[in-house]
Amino acid sequence: METKDSKKVWPEEVRGPIWAVASGKGGTGKTTVAVNLAWVVGEKVQLVDCDVEEPDAHLFLAGDASALREVTTQVPWIDQSKCDFCGLCAQFCQFNALAVVSRVSLVFPELCHGCRGCSMLCPHQAISMVSHRVGQMEIREIGPRLTLLTGTLDVGSPQAGPVISAVKELRDPRILTILDAPPGTSCSVESTLRGVNRVVLVTEPTPFGLHDLKLIVELVRLLRLSFGVVINRMVPGQDLVRRYCEEEDIPVWLEIPEDRRYAEAGARGRILVDEFPELRAAFVRLVDQLKEADG
Amino acid sequence: MKILVTTEGENLQAQLDVRFGRAKNFLVYSTDTMKWNIVDNQDNQDAGHGAGVSSAQKVVDLGVTAVVSGHFGPKAYEVLSAAKIMMFSTSDCTVEEAIDRHRNGKLPLVTTPKEPQSH
Repeated sequence: METKDSKKVWPEEVRGPIWAVASGKGGTGKTTVAVNLAWVVGEKVQLVDCDVEEPDAHLFLAGDASALREVTTQVPWIDQSKCDFCGLCAQFCQFNALAVVSRVSLVFPELCHGCRGCSMLCPHQAISMVSHRVGQMEIREIGPRLTLLTGTLDVGSPQAGPVISAVKELRDPRILTILDAPPGTSCSVESTLRGVNRVVLVTEPTPFGLHDLKLIVELVRLLRLSFGVVINRMVPGQDLVRRYCEEEDIPVWLEIPEDRRYAEAGARGRILVDEFPELRAAFVRLVDQLKEADG
Repeated sequence: MKILVTTEGENLQAQLDVRFGRAKNFLVYSTDTMKWNIVDNQDNQDAGHGAGVSSAQKVVDLGVTAVVSGHFGPKAYEVLSAAKIMMFSTSDCTVEEAIDRHRNGKLPLVTTPKEPQSH
């Protein structure tokens, strides 16, 4: 990983595409799809686990966590000797990260969104910005062609966004990147999807699966991203999701049939494409479709 | 002395609201004049984050001596403690009953915050 190089802004033609694997509903198989996709892609790739509240891709991909880095945000620190407790900072803060009472000013770093407004506003220059740890990142070299980047939010830290942005930033922008997104359609999903070229939406053919698929379709359309659907645990006759995709003109890139053997292999931490040739073929086709869409 | 009671309603007969940070209204009662007034806390009831800090700041700015509510979250507790405002806990009563209980010394002083909620 050439961190120094990756900070540079590379021209369009040398930038690797970024694919994200997301889903409105949790437990549909995002990580399974992301890991297997990275495993068969056939070129240098980095998998980024953006599900920082509960990262799990490393359970499937053995490799030593070689580098640990802290993720910090900038939060206010108040010099009590300069503060005259006027309370302007607390009034200004939209996230209630500051409170000023009688002769004490308090900071709640976990509520701060790092805008620096309080420090600019303070008439006595009593506020400076200091680093506040919110999580960590790990780099694992899984093989000659696969690097896994994992972001982990600290327990008790409520904002996933800064950790997601930091772990995405760690990638080498010249090579293909696959992002394993957090479930749902919240801010952390939006942080993951920013700057992505293609989104794989994983769902299941149930009413719940369809309901949450509709939510994330709304989000990716709002972000004007190109996307397709993978239906996991497909059961013949359960055409709910398939029909919806047809009506909405959304491509179904892959259907993975419901099969107890797949679930058992997954539960043992196995990579499905290594165990089941039919799935290897299916994932290779998925790669082809994603690359085709990349043009 | 002014004491503040968190409430779902708008008068002495209204129910006490046990949530401090996300209480709908604050009833501020003067033990000297026995007069009271309502302070709206709707903005904090609807806040995404930091309702406890902001509600506590509002209480401090009102200049009360004591607050009667149900649970105080960790951040609200920190702010109110720093301001040396006494916190009292009760439940299942009207605002008037809460004030009576406080006057008769029947309410326990809160000395620890409620456990934080998991995200």
